[in-house]
Amino acid sequence: MKKALTRLHFVTAFLFLFQIVQAQSPSSSGTGSFTALLIAIVVIIAFFIIWQVSDNLLRIEAKKSGMDSEDDSLSITPGIRDIFRKKGPGFAKGRHVALKQGHNILLEGKADGVVEHGKANTFAVEPPNFRGMSPIPKVEVEVGNRVKAGDHLFYDKKNPDVKYVSPVSGEVIAVNRGERRSIASIVVLADKQQQYRSLDVPNLESCSRADLVAFLLDSGGWTMLRQRPFNIIAEHNEVPDNIFVSTFDTAPLAPNLDLVVEGRGTAFQKGLDVLGKLTKGKVWLGLNANGGTAPSAVFTNATGVQKTWFSGQHPAGNVGVQIHHTAPIGPKSTVWTLDVQGVITIGALFTEGRFNAERVVALTGAELASPKYVRTFIGANIGQLLDGNIAGGNNRIISGDVLSGTKAAMDDFLNYYDDQLTVVAEGDHYEMFGWLLPDMATPSASKALPGSRFPDTVYKANTNMNGEKRAFVVTGQYEDVLPMDIYPQHLMKAILTNDYEKMEGLGIHELVEEDVALCEFACTSKQPLQEILRTGLDMMKES
Amino acid sequence: MSSFLDKVKSFEPPKEKKFLHTLYDGFFTFLYTPNHVTHGGVHVRDRMDLKRTMVMVVLALTLCYIFGTYNIGHQHFVALGQHTSFMAAMHLKLFHGLIKILPVFIVTHVVGLGIEFYYAARKGHGIEEGFLVTGALIPLIMPPDIPLWILAFAISFAVILGKEAFGGTGMNVVNIALLARAFVFFAYPGEISGDRCWVSGLEFVGTTAMGETYGWAHSLFDGIFKWLGVATFGDGGGAVVDGWSGATPLALAKGGWDNVTAHYSSLQMFWGGIPGSVGETCKPAIIIGALILVATGIASWRIMFSMVIGAAFMGLLFNAWGHDVQMDIPWYFHFYMGSFWFAMAFMATDPVTAASTNSGKWIYGFGIGALGIIIRVMNAAYPEGWMLAILFMNVWAPLIDHYVVQSNMKRRAKRVAVA
Repeated sequence: MKKALTRLHFVTAFLFLFQIVQAQSPSSSGTGSFTALLIAIVVIIAFFIIWQVSDNLLRIEAKKSGMDSEDDSLSITPGIRDIFRKKGPGFAKGRHVALKQGHNILLEGKADGVVEHGKANTFAVEPPNFRGMSPIPKVEVEVGNRVKAGDHLFYDKKNPDVKYVSPVSGEVIAVNRGERRSIASIVVLADKQQQYRSLDVPNLESCSRADLVAFLLDSGGWTMLRQRPFNIIAEHNEVPDNIFVSTFDTAPLAPNLDLVVEGRGTAFQKGLDVLGKLTKGKVWLGLNANGGTAPSAVFTNATGVQKTWFSGQHPAGNVGVQIHHTAPIGPKSTVWTLDVQGVITIGALFTEGRFNAERVVALTGAELASPKYVRTFIGANIGQLLDGNIAGGNNRIISGDVLSGTKAAMDDFLNYYDDQLTVVAEGDHYEMFGWLLPDMATPSASKALPGSRFPDTVYKANTNMNGEKRAFVVTGQYEDVLPMDIYPQHLMKAILTNDYEKMEGLGIHELVEEDVALCEFACTSKQPLQEILRTGLDMMKES
Repeated sequence: MSSFLDKVKSFEPPKEKKFLHTLYDGFFTFLYTPNHVTHGGVHVRDRMDLKRTMVMVVLALTLCYIFGTYNIGHQHFVALGQHTSFMAAMHLKLFHGLIKILPVFIVTHVVGLGIEFYYAARKGHGIEEGFLVTGALIPLIMPPDIPLWILAFAISFAVILGKEAFGGTGMNVVNIALLARAFVFFAYPGEISGDRCWVSGLEFVGTTAMGETYGWAHSLFDGIFKWLGVATFGDGGGAVVDGWSGATPLALAKGGWDNVTAHYSSLQMFWGGIPGSVGETCKPAIIIGALILVATGIASWRIMFSMVIGAAFMGLLFNAWGHDVQMDIPWYFHFYMGSFWFAMAFMATDPVTAASTNSGKWIYGFGIGALGIIIRVMNAAYPEGWMLAILFMNVWAPLIDHYVVQSNMKRRAKRVAVA
């Protein structure tokens, strides 16, 4: 309103001035057509003002009556942005966000569509997987103890209400210690026949939020919830503004979550219902609008959630990117995120009455004899999962994807939140004129390599740095692969110079490591962006 | 190949010998990409690195080098009134050009890389690639006859005070190549201004008509040419022809566009058969280079595009003003003269000294375009404005970025306040 009025004042003042100038000018020829033109302009401007004012009034009225102002149907005419906005595919009904920036890294070794039984029989819960936890948690079991799936294993002494539970039933065979007597992992040898701790499941419809929280804390379901900013275990004393779930993963070789959710529809929906009771805002579901076919009906038919469709290359599937385009995080806001299998585990607490830590894990990477999906439990032993499946010799095993996973060995375990295992070749070799040759064998987000002309090329990646670390030189490169209104390079420099105000202003709260992983991949100067970001997040958390 | 690798590695000096080791490391990483693997963070890295980025710019400059070298010779013979047709006596023109450009190129690299190696060894890090491009640019923006000691001085000044004092590649505030040129411009104005400096080899002429007046390099080739039975350097008369001035189009532009076209046709200016800095004259060669840089994403198209808009806008403004004959030069003819295209493609787009935000790049490019034309048209002392315009905007770029970043921060703060 105010804007339109000032605009009106400006136009009248302008016309008035023009009159004076016009009166003083000696030439009189052609004034007729000029007046006509002037009138035409005035009419157009007047129409524009009426349009704008009525449009704004409509929006204000809609907002007052509690309608969602994000929805485009509020305006009387389509806005310019709506006309040029990329339309989503036919199946994407509702709000659609088309992300232009990003880059898909296509690698060899994609898992194919059948889920096999995973051969792992030892499982571990590793305290270092939980960010923000003190290094020596209180361990409630001893080596030799028998546990059921869902029995408490340990808790953080700073935060004793959150119980970390065993994913399987069996015998505790090791409590491994890391540096300075920290607890590295608690290993359970699984029984052939799984037994579950019996739970006193509250009635979801009638129980209070406090009861629900207490149940989740005790049953282990709480550990599925992670909190942003900082990507820590959710604080149970806080009520999150919103909860976000991304139903697709665009990371290199990431598992197809449609497959993961197959047959688990009820548990997934139940999980969403639980989440709905935990937040004061909404549960947001990010749906995949890429590709020609609609995602699983479990996702598209989910109820009680706010659905948003996203199309675009990686990191479109990252929950952080989706939050940025729906309900962005501010420095004081709190949101919780969890992955699809985490939602299923929470839902299964209610539908099955037990802590079901079953996970579909994608075994991927060019160095595997047969990349595939396997059904196992949280924290499975990597060597047992990969047994006999590795083709090459000099490899790197990664729990997670190649961008933000962690390096692991054969006797390590999958991280708590990981549903993917990647094996790629180590790149510890020299390459003659490697920096000069127009290489087609290594992935790149840059247009300077011939591969960029063939976007469907699938690469066999290795872990070579492909260059040496340098100071920040190239600009605009990170912005091209990060679909967020953030200046990553300036943020990184702010972190490196300990500029708290700028870090906060430039949106460090909106990011976790996986969001800048693609920037780090593309970085010409080979800077460790994820590490820098974590330093910054730790600084912010402590301040 | 691995045996060759072992042979190369056997040269590796001990790490205690800092300078030697840095030198070895520089050459080794030139020959081989090292076997470093990722640790922490991403496990797979992009093929792109700084070496490749820099070499793409050098590749984009090759056409400018080829044409520039030939044009040095061509301008020399035009001044003498011999072989005045562009394609005549190509071997003479090419070799004269090479004799002129090679010492400049070699001195640039020996001095510049020497300083770079020294500082890399002192700071104990690898040799950074920044000078690859700087070293390729400097010979192209100098007059062909630049005395080598002045060149060496200029480069030392630019690299030490312009770059190393700020912390090396990626830290400099102003463009190193332009800083070197500015040093020559202000410290030795006689070498880089006036009409005669842009045509090479005039000090040889007018003495005797024999080949030896040219110096030993020319005489050497004359022997070969004589044996081959083609035209030689010694054939000609040796005096500058009457009425030849050597003035560049920009110097002539002080007298208006008609004054320029009296000497050079616009086609000639476009193709580049005119006197000027080595690399700036041939517009097609530069534009192909610019297209390579844009297509590969090495240089920012935003800066290039907005610089064209800025220059056109200022040109139009001056046309509307029309205070003197130079202002009356139609705005589009400004693109025929001087080094606009070279400055746009290779100088303004230096990522370190340009604005680093995408919106900032629009402002930065526009500023250079507008300022360059202002200096060109309004300042009688400087016929060309791009060097000064870019150096000026280099200094302003951090401020532009500051405001762009501040507006991002404000936008975010506002969003939080609303939520």
